[in-house]
Amino acid sequence: MKGVRHFPGFAAMAVACLVILYAPLVVVTVYSFNGSTSITTWGGFSWRWYTDVFTGPESARFAAAAWNSLSIAVLAATGATAIATAAALAMVRGGAFAARPATFALINLPLMVPEIVTAVATLIFFSTIGLTTGYLTILIAHVTFCIPFAYLPIAARLQGIDDSYEMAARDLYASRAQALRLILLPLMMPGVISGYLLAFIISLDDFIITNFVKGAGMETLPTAIFGSVKQGIKPNIMAISSMMLAVSVLFVTLSYLVNRIGQRTRQPDPARRTP
Amino acid sequence: MAGIAPDGPTPDRSAKGGARSVGMRGLTLPLLLPAWAVIGIFMVLPVALMAIYSVLTKEFRGGVIWDFTLAAYDQFFIDRGLFGDEPARIEWTYVAIFWRSLWQAGVATLICLIVGFPTAWFIATRPAGSRPVWLFAITIPYWVNLLIRTVSLKFLIRDNGPLNSALVATGLIDGPLPLVNTDLAVQLGLFYSYLPFMVLPIYAAVERYDFALSEAAADLYASRWVTLREIVLPVVRPGIIAGCILVFVPSLGAFLAPDLLGGARNFMIGSLIDEQFRGSQGNWPFGAAASMILMSMVLIVLVAYARNQGRAGAGRARR
Repeated sequence: MKGVRHFPGFAAMAVACLVILYAPLVVVTVYSFNGSTSITTWGGFSWRWYTDVFTGPESARFAAAAWNSLSIAVLAATGATAIATAAALAMVRGGAFAARPATFALINLPLMVPEIVTAVATLIFFSTIGLTTGYLTILIAHVTFCIPFAYLPIAARLQGIDDSYEMAARDLYASRAQALRLILLPLMMPGVISGYLLAFIISLDDFIITNFVKGAGMETLPTAIFGSVKQGIKPNIMAISSMMLAVSVLFVTLSYLVNRIGQRTRQPDPARRTP
Repeated sequence: MAGIAPDGPTPDRSAKGGARSVGMRGLTLPLLLPAWAVIGIFMVLPVALMAIYSVLTKEFRGGVIWDFTLAAYDQFFIDRGLFGDEPARIEWTYVAIFWRSLWQAGVATLICLIVGFPTAWFIATRPAGSRPVWLFAITIPYWVNLLIRTVSLKFLIRDNGPLNSALVATGLIDGPLPLVNTDLAVQLGLFYSYLPFMVLPIYAAVERYDFALSEAAADLYASRWVTLREIVLPVVRPGIIAGCILVFVPSLGAFLAPDLLGGARNFMIGSLIDEQFRGSQGNWPFGAAASMILMSMVLIVLVAYARNQGRAGAGRARR
């Protein structure tokens, strides 16, 4: 009798779940080091496809796409984080106001509308106002759909910060701006960084909306990869994929660690609060 | 002296947003304005425009003519023959694509549930220290680019890919299993894309579950599986429903999994809409109409869920 928590087969299912989730990623990473030109046979370990990405015939195209992807992700994450931080301050510390439930729904709207619908609507909008699709339209679309991803961790963090810190600052004659800048924002930082990193990843990840509003001749990494994959999976694509995979894992791990460190400063120490 | 509140040397908290904090009360409007403006102009307005486009006349080679007509919806639901002069019949082509999307999303949700529930249960019954590690392991793949994950899956399961080679080498099968370009491949792709969305809410529900209930059932000679069916499932049901919605809704409008893994015969809504905005074959009003129908379906699911939640909450409050 192993107790009521144990069900035969559940542990096996959990392990199977991890295997399913990781097997394709591991296989592609392993094959990105394949020395053979064929993607089917193993030709020994080699860095040749990584070299190919940076110096091969398609390197200029990949470099341009990578620059677009990264610069858009940085700008979109910055914009979305700034907007989301302001909104979170108002939503969490602004007291009760009539438009609050509606504002919450509005901020989360990009999560509820199917991506393909957002893509169609955004393309129609830019076409109607006569804005030529390209870098700027991608950036605008990315800022918009990154807002909820930045907002959720920031608001969650802010909710967890006891307001006694700010009240103490105010009692000691700090102005509202000072209390915000010197006390609240530093405490919020783990949430803000977490939100920024998630928005960055989400922007880097997007294919559907970008593909609709990118216009002719403009590529980001996902649209460039998609274009190549349509002609078959080539080894250099696997090398690019493995590098993007590494970047994603790095960023998510960072976000996780920042949150973990943040949790230590989150609640005031109960021992110190007792008079 | 900038630090001193204008109404006197002692900061009056009730004037600065009650006993609350830094008190953003007077600043609510300017703080929210950027979010309202960006989402309002670049999300709400475009969706409203899309609704208008769905009742406009199509321009060949993309775009629209500003003449109001229901032609797009008519084309979606009603077949009038090639030249539009035959008696109206129901057009099944597009309804069938929507139906297939519902079916594929439904099967993918079911697979996610079958795999996700035991996984969530297993994680929630680990010692508290190792749970975050398991959860982290489950969520990492979600943050890897969806396109890359889908391509990786295709690479793994293709006809002479590693999976088939391994199966043939071990003698389990004689020839490669044709997986790519089948319904099953699309279901696997959707399952693979959204599995963490199923695990996380069920985990949250199981973590709150009071195992004394299971112990009571066991004391009364209920078998493990009877306890699961009669006690556990009803209690963690909200988590299961939330997980199913989180998987079903994005699966319904998915584009990458059906496009890369399904091939031409396994068309889903996402590809149908995408096609309307590509090149000279496009039909913008029709694409807008199909998007409106997809969005309505998703909203119906979400509203039904929200109402159900509200009722469940009210029920709990009464008790």
